[in-house]
Amino acid sequence: MAEADIQLMAHLMRRAGFGATYEELERRAAIGYEETVEQLLHPENEQDLTMDVMQRYMHGWRDMNSVMANQAYWTYRMVNSSRQLEEKLCLFWHGIFCVGDSKCMAANQILVQLNNFRKDGLGNFENLLQGLSKDPAMLYYLDNQLSHKEAVNENWGRELLELFSMGVGMDGQANYSEDDVKACAEAFTGWTIGNAIPRYPYGRYDNSFLYNQYDHSEEDKSFLGESGNFNGDDVVKIIAKQPSTARFISRHLYNFFVADEPQVPAWQTTAPRDLEAIELLEKTYFESGYEIRSMLRVLFNSDFFKNARFAKVKSPTEVVISTLRLRGDFTGPKPRIYDPALEIRYMGQDLLNPPTVEGWHTGKEWIDSGTLVERVNYTSGEMGDINSPGIRSIINRVAAQGSSISPEQLLDVCLEMLGGYSLTDDTRTLLLENAGKNGDISTESDEFAEQVGETLQLIVSTQEYQFT
Amino acid sequence: MTSTNQDPVLVVLQLSGGNDILNTVIPYNDPLYVDNRPNVRIPTDQVIPINDNLGFNPNMAPLKPLWDDGHMAIVQGVGYPNPNRSHFRSMDIWHTCEPDKIAEEGWLGRAIRDLDPNKENVLTGVNFGRGLPRALAAPGVPVASVGSLETYGVLTSIEQEEKRSEALNIFSRMYSPTMGQGPVFDYLSQNGMDALTGADILATAPGKYSSSVEYGASSTSQYMRNIAQVHCAGLGTRILYTTAPYNSFDTHATQMTAHANLITDVSTMVSDFYADLKEHNASENVLLLVFTEFGRRVHDNGSGTDHGSGGAAFLFGDKVKGGLYGEYPSLEADKLLDGDLHFNNDFRGLYATILEDWFGLDAQPIVNGNFEKMDFIAK
Repeated sequence: MAEADIQLMAHLMRRAGFGATYEELERRAAIGYEETVEQLLHPENEQDLTMDVMQRYMHGWRDMNSVMANQAYWTYRMVNSSRQLEEKLCLFWHGIFCVGDSKCMAANQILVQLNNFRKDGLGNFENLLQGLSKDPAMLYYLDNQLSHKEAVNENWGRELLELFSMGVGMDGQANYSEDDVKACAEAFTGWTIGNAIPRYPYGRYDNSFLYNQYDHSEEDKSFLGESGNFNGDDVVKIIAKQPSTARFISRHLYNFFVADEPQVPAWQTTAPRDLEAIELLEKTYFESGYEIRSMLRVLFNSDFFKNARFAKVKSPTEVVISTLRLRGDFTGPKPRIYDPALEIRYMGQDLLNPPTVEGWHTGKEWIDSGTLVERVNYTSGEMGDINSPGIRSIINRVAAQGSSISPEQLLDVCLEMLGGYSLTDDTRTLLLENAGKNGDISTESDEFAEQVGETLQLIVSTQEYQFT
Repeated sequence: MTSTNQDPVLVVLQLSGGNDILNTVIPYNDPLYVDNRPNVRIPTDQVIPINDNLGFNPNMAPLKPLWDDGHMAIVQGVGYPNPNRSHFRSMDIWHTCEPDKIAEEGWLGRAIRDLDPNKENVLTGVNFGRGLPRALAAPGVPVASVGSLETYGVLTSIEQEEKRSEALNIFSRMYSPTMGQGPVFDYLSQNGMDALTGADILATAPGKYSSSVEYGASSTSQYMRNIAQVHCAGLGTRILYTTAPYNSFDTHATQMTAHANLITDVSTMVSDFYADLKEHNASENVLLLVFTEFGRRVHDNGSGTDHGSGGAAFLFGDKVKGGLYGEYPSLEADKLLDGDLHFNNDFRGLYATILEDWFGLDAQPIVNGNFEKMDFIAK
C-alpha cells in the first residue's frame, strides 16, 4: 500500500476523529478514502460502545451525576468509540453551544445535551438549534427559566444570535440589532424547565423542557426584518435561513476541521482565510437544506482539506486522546481513569466547563509557556512508556526493519508510525544526532526498546508535533 | 534594566463575569437603589457605610481597615464609550484598550515590553492560572503562565536525571529561534525557550518563603499566595496577574448568595495578601488593581442582574491615596444608558495613571490615546 495513502488517511483520522494507530490507518486506507469518509459520516452504522462492563466497575457511571464521571466517560468514548466523527463533532458543538458544569442543575443534564449532539450533530442545523433551545441544561445555563413576559432575561436570546448561529457580523456589517436581540429574547419567554422533583432514595428526575404559555409574550415582534407574533421556534426558523448563519457555521467547521482561523470576535471584520472554501460550504448549507453531514462530506473530500495538513494547532483534547489511542491501553476499567480529563484541563481545556459561554479560544491561543510545558510533559511521559501495547507495536515495527538499522531508519519509521509528521531540517538534524550518538542501532540489543521510546519522547516534544 | 526589590510592581486580580457594583459599593441612601432592586438588594442596615451616601457590601468587612487607613482607592463609574455587553468582547476591550476593533496586543504585554525591552528577565510578567489572559499577550513578550508553582518544569516525566538533562539540552536547541518557519512556529519556539528559563528560576520561589498568613482554599486565593511567594522571592517580576475563574461574577440568577460568597472570597484574599506583604516588609512597591469587565443592569431581573455597563475598579497599596475617584453614576432614569449606569471615567485613564505615575512609562502608545489621569498614586 502506498505510504502517501496511509499518510492522507492519518490526516483524515486526526481531523475527523482523534487519530489512529498505524494498523488502523492501513486497514482504512485499504478500504479507500471516500469510502472511509462515508463510514465516518454514518456513525449509526457502527456498533456503539457497550458500557455494561465499565458500569460494573465505575459506579459513578450509572447515574452520571458528577462532572468527573461525565468527563471520564467522555474521554473513554473519544478514545474507544468506533464512531470517531460522532465524538469529534460532539466536541465541536460543545465548543460552540457551551454549557458549563459550574452552572448546571445536575451534571447528568450535560450528558443529555451531549447525547443530543451525538444524535443530531450531523443532521439538519435548524433541527439541532430547535433541540438546543429546548435543552434544559442550556435553558438553565443561560437563565431562560427566569425570563418572564413581564421581566425579560436576555441572556439566552442574545447568545443564540451572537454565539450559536449568526455571529455579531460579517463582511464589516452587523448581522442584527439590539432590537433583534430584544425581540428574540421576548419570543422565548415562557420557555422554561419543569420541576425535577427529588425522588430519593431513587435519585432525581431529569429536568425537562416546559412551555408555559401564560408566561409567553404574545406581543407582535419585529425580528430580522420580519414581523409577527413569533414564538421561539419561529425565531429559530428565521435564523436558520440567514446567510450569516451559513457563514458562521461554515467558518466554525473550517476553523475546527481544516485550518486555524482568527478568533470568533474578529469575524465581523476579518475575511475568511479561504473565502472560496467558505462559499462552497455556504452553498452546500443551503442546497442540502442545512445538513451538516452534506457540508462535512464536501469538506473532507475537498482539496482544501486534503492540502491542509498540520495547519492547525492541536487542542488539548486532541493531544491527550490521540496519545491514548496510540498507547492502546485505555480500553477498560482501570485506576486513574479520571486522569486524562484532568490532563486536558491542565493544558487549558476543562471539558464540560468552558471558560465562558464563548467557549475556548483555539489555534495558537492554546499555547503559552505554561500549557506548552503541560503538553510536552504529558506526551513525553506517555510515549516513553515502552510497556504499553501501542508503543510495543511501534517498537516491533521498527525492529522489523532489520537487525541493524540506521538512525535515519529509526527516526523515519517512528515518524510514520505517529501519522506522517515531517520535521524541519534543524529539528531533524538534532534528533538524528541523538539517535545516532552510538552509530547504527541494533534492534536486538537490550537497550533498543528504550531507544525507540526516547526517540518517540523527543518527537512528541517538538514544535512540529503540536500541529495537526 | 536592572531590577531591584524597590522597582514598582503591579498585581492584577481580574473578576470575570461582570461584578455588580451596585451591590459592592452601595448607594444605600438612594431611594432609586431600593426602587430598582426589589429582589437583589443589600438591606440598608447591613451596609458598612464609608460616607453618607455609599457603603460597602457587608462581606467586604475585611477591607474596611484598608479603607480606613487610606490604602484603598475606589474608581467609580469606570467604563468606556458605547459599552459592549458581551463578556468576551468587553473583557477583550479592557485587555487591549481597543473598543472599536479586535486587537492582538494586551496593555500589560506592552507594558512588560517597555519595562524590559531587552527581555533580560523572562519573569518580568507572570500569570497564575491556566491560559494567558489577553491583557498579558504581546508578540515576542515572554510571560510565564503558571498552573501550579510547586511542580513547574519541562520534561519532568523523564525521571532519570542524566537522561532528563540530555533531553532538556535537545529541547532547548529545538526551540531555539529559527528563520522562515512561520509565525505560529516562531510563537511556539518563543514559548518553549521562555518555559525553560522561567521554570528554572520559579522553582526557587516557594523554598524562599514562609508566612504566618493562611490564605483561603479557593484557587484564586492560592494564586494570590503564589503571587506573594514570587514577589517576596525577589525575582524581578514586575507584573503579576490572576483571574477569578469561570465568569463567576456573571450572576444572572440567585445572585444574593452567589455574590455574597464571591465578595467574601475576594475581600479575604486581598486582605490576606496585604497582610502577607506587610509581614515580609514587601508591600511598599506593590500596587494591586482589582477590576471587572462591566457592571450589571441597574434594575434586577427577579433573582439576578443582567449585563450592564459602568463598573468600578479598586486599588490597594501603601502608595495608594485612599478615597473615591470619579463620580458614582446617577441612578436616575434619564441619566442611565439603556438601563445601565453611565460611565464617567475612561478605564484607559486608570491604566494611564498606573503606567505613568506608577511605572514611569509613556502611556499613550500602550492605551492607544490620551486619557485623563487620576490622582490615586502618592508622589
